[in-house]
Amino acid sequence: MSTILVIEQVLNGLQFGVMLFLMAAGLTLVFGVMGLINLAHGSFYMVGAFAAAAVAGATGSFFLALIASLGVAAAAGALVEMLVIRRLYSRDHLEQVLATFALILIFSEGTRWLFGSFPLYLNIPVYLSGPVTLPGGIQYPLYRLTIIMVGLLVATGLFLLITRTRLGIQIRAGQSDREMIAALGVDISKLYTIVFALGAALAGLAGALVGAIQSVQVGMGEPVLILAFVVIVIGGIGSIKGALVGAVLVGLTDTLGGLVLPVFFKLFMGASAAASVGSSLASMLIYILMVAVLIVKPSGLYGAPA
Amino acid sequence: MTRETIINTALVIGLLMVPLWAWVADEPFIITLSTKVAILALAGVGLNIAIGMGGMISFGHAAFFGVGGYAMGILASHAQSYTPVFGLFEGSNSMPVIWLAALAASGMAALGIGALSLRTSGAYFIMITLAFGQMLFYFAISWPAYGGEDGLSIYMRNGFPGLNTLVPIQFFAITCALLAGALLFAARLAKSPFGLALNAARQTAERVETVGIYPLKLRLSAFVISGMITGLAGALFADLNRFVSPTMFSWQTSGEIMVFVILGGVGRLFGPVAGAALFIMLEHVLGGLSEFWHIYLGLILLCVVLFARGGIIGTLAGRGVAHD
Repeated sequence: MSTILVIEQVLNGLQFGVMLFLMAAGLTLVFGVMGLINLAHGSFYMVGAFAAAAVAGATGSFFLALIASLGVAAAAGALVEMLVIRRLYSRDHLEQVLATFALILIFSEGTRWLFGSFPLYLNIPVYLSGPVTLPGGIQYPLYRLTIIMVGLLVATGLFLLITRTRLGIQIRAGQSDREMIAALGVDISKLYTIVFALGAALAGLAGALVGAIQSVQVGMGEPVLILAFVVIVIGGIGSIKGALVGAVLVGLTDTLGGLVLPVFFKLFMGASAAASVGSSLASMLIYILMVAVLIVKPSGLYGAPA
Repeated sequence: MTRETIINTALVIGLLMVPLWAWVADEPFIITLSTKVAILALAGVGLNIAIGMGGMISFGHAAFFGVGGYAMGILASHAQSYTPVFGLFEGSNSMPVIWLAALAASGMAALGIGALSLRTSGAYFIMITLAFGQMLFYFAISWPAYGGEDGLSIYMRNGFPGLNTLVPIQFFAITCALLAGALLFAARLAKSPFGLALNAARQTAERVETVGIYPLKLRLSAFVISGMITGLAGALFADLNRFVSPTMFSWQTSGEIMVFVILGGVGRLFGPVAGAALFIMLEHVLGGLSEFWHIYLGLILLCVVLFARGGIIGTLAGRGVAHD
C-alpha cells in the first residue's frame, strides 16, 4: 500500500464526507428545529440533480446548472413544507415516516414520468476537469477537489448563519423552545418553511455536484439518504457540528475500510477469501460504526442526552 | 358486537371467500395474490406486536423477514444439492423443519439486534434498527456462497406432510392457517399479564418500574416474538416465490411492512390484515391502470396519514376499543 494511494483515498473519503454533510445538514436542522423525520430529503437531492442536468443540457452552463439545482430544490422544499410537512409536526414519528415514505413514491414516479427511466448525464465543465498536482507530486481530479472546497465553504457559511445572524438565533431558539419563541412574536411557520427550504436547497446542491461524477437517475437519493441518517445519528440529531464530524467520519470509514480491510484479513487467510470477507465487512463498516457509537453514546456524539 | 368485531369478521370472510371463489372459477393468480396477502399480513402481525403493543418503532424488520427467507433458501438449496449445511447437518425441504429453523434464526437475530437497539429510544431507535437492516442487506449482497447480489432460486416448493404445496389453494390453506394461529396468539398475548405489562410500559415506563417490573425485559421479549413471527413470514414469502434475494433485507421492505401496519391501524389486531389486503389490491388495480401507479399509491398513503388517523380500522371502527 503506497502513501500516494492512501492520501488519494483520504481525499476521496473527505469528498464523500463533505457531500454527505450537505445532505445531513438539512436533515439534522429539520429534525432539531421541527422534530420531523424526513425520509423525503433524498428526493430533493434527486430533484436538484435533475434540475441541474436539464439546465446544463439547455444552456450548456455548469454554473447556471448549480444555481438551478439550489433554486428548484428550495422551491420544491418550500412547496412540500406548505402543502404536507406542516401538518406533520404535531404527529408522532411513525406517521411522519409513513407520510414522507409516500412523498418519496410521489417524487420518484413523478420524476420518472417527466424525464423517463433512462439516466441523464451532467458533464464536468472544461475548466474543472482534469487533474491537478498537489504538493508531494500527487495527481488528484480538480473537480473532486472543488467539491471539497464547496462543501467546506458551505459548512463555514452555515456556521456563520447559525451563530451570527438573526435567522440563526431564531433557529437555535426554535431548537430549544418552540412555544417560547412563538410567544415572543417570531413567525414560526415562516421560520419552519425557510429552514426546510434551506435544507432542501443544500440537498439539491449535493445532488447536482455528485450528478456530474455519477449518473443522474431516479432513485439516486435513497442510498444517500440512508447514509445521511447514519451521519446525523452518529453526530447527534440536531447538531450541525455533529453532522460535519459524523459526515467526515462516515466518508473516511467507507473509503478507507474498503482499502484497509482486505489487506488486514490477508494476514490471517488466503488472498481470495480475504478479499471477499474484507469487502463484505467494508460495506457493513459504517453501520457497525453507527451501532458502536450509539451503544457507547445513545444520543450520538454531540446530541443532547435524551 | 363492537364495530371492530364486525370489520374483523368481514376481513376473515373476505380473505377466505376470495380464494375459494377463485378456486371454483379456476383463477390461480387470484389465489396466489391472496396467499401473498396472508403472508405479508403475517409479517405485519409480527411488526404490530413491536410497534402497537410495545411502542418500539422498528424500521428494520426486513432483517427478520430476510433471515427467515434465507433460512428457507439455505436449507432448501442444500437439500437440493445433497450437501450438508456449513458441513454440519443435512438440508431440508420439509416446511415444518424450515419454519422451525426460520423461527430460531430470526429469534436469535432479534435477540441480538433488540438487546443492542433497546439501549436507545425515540428517533435513535428507528435509525439503529434501520442500520442493522442495512448491515444484513450489505452482508447478503457480498456473501457469495448463497447467490450474493443475484439471490438464490429454489426449483421445487418445499413440501408439507399430506399436502401438495404446488397446488395454489393448498399452499394458501397453509399460510392462512399460520396467519390465523399468529392472530390468535397475538390476541391472547395482548390479554395476558405479559401483554398488559408491556402495554403499561409503553404508556408510562416509570410506573411499571415502580411496581417491580423491568420494562427492558418486557420490550426485549416482545421484540424477539415480533421478529420471530416476521421471520416465519419471510420463510413463507421465499417459498411463495421459490426465490430469495437481498431485496428481502432492503429498507424498502421494512418500509412496506410498516405501511401494512399503519395503513390498517396501529395496535389493532386485524390492522395488518386490512393493510396488506388493501396494499396488494391497490398494487394490482393501479398497476393495471397506469405505468406510474406508485404516484397514486403515494397520494393514497399520504391521504390516509393526513386525514384518516388510526388507519382503515381506526377510521371505520372509531377510537377507544383497541385490542378487541
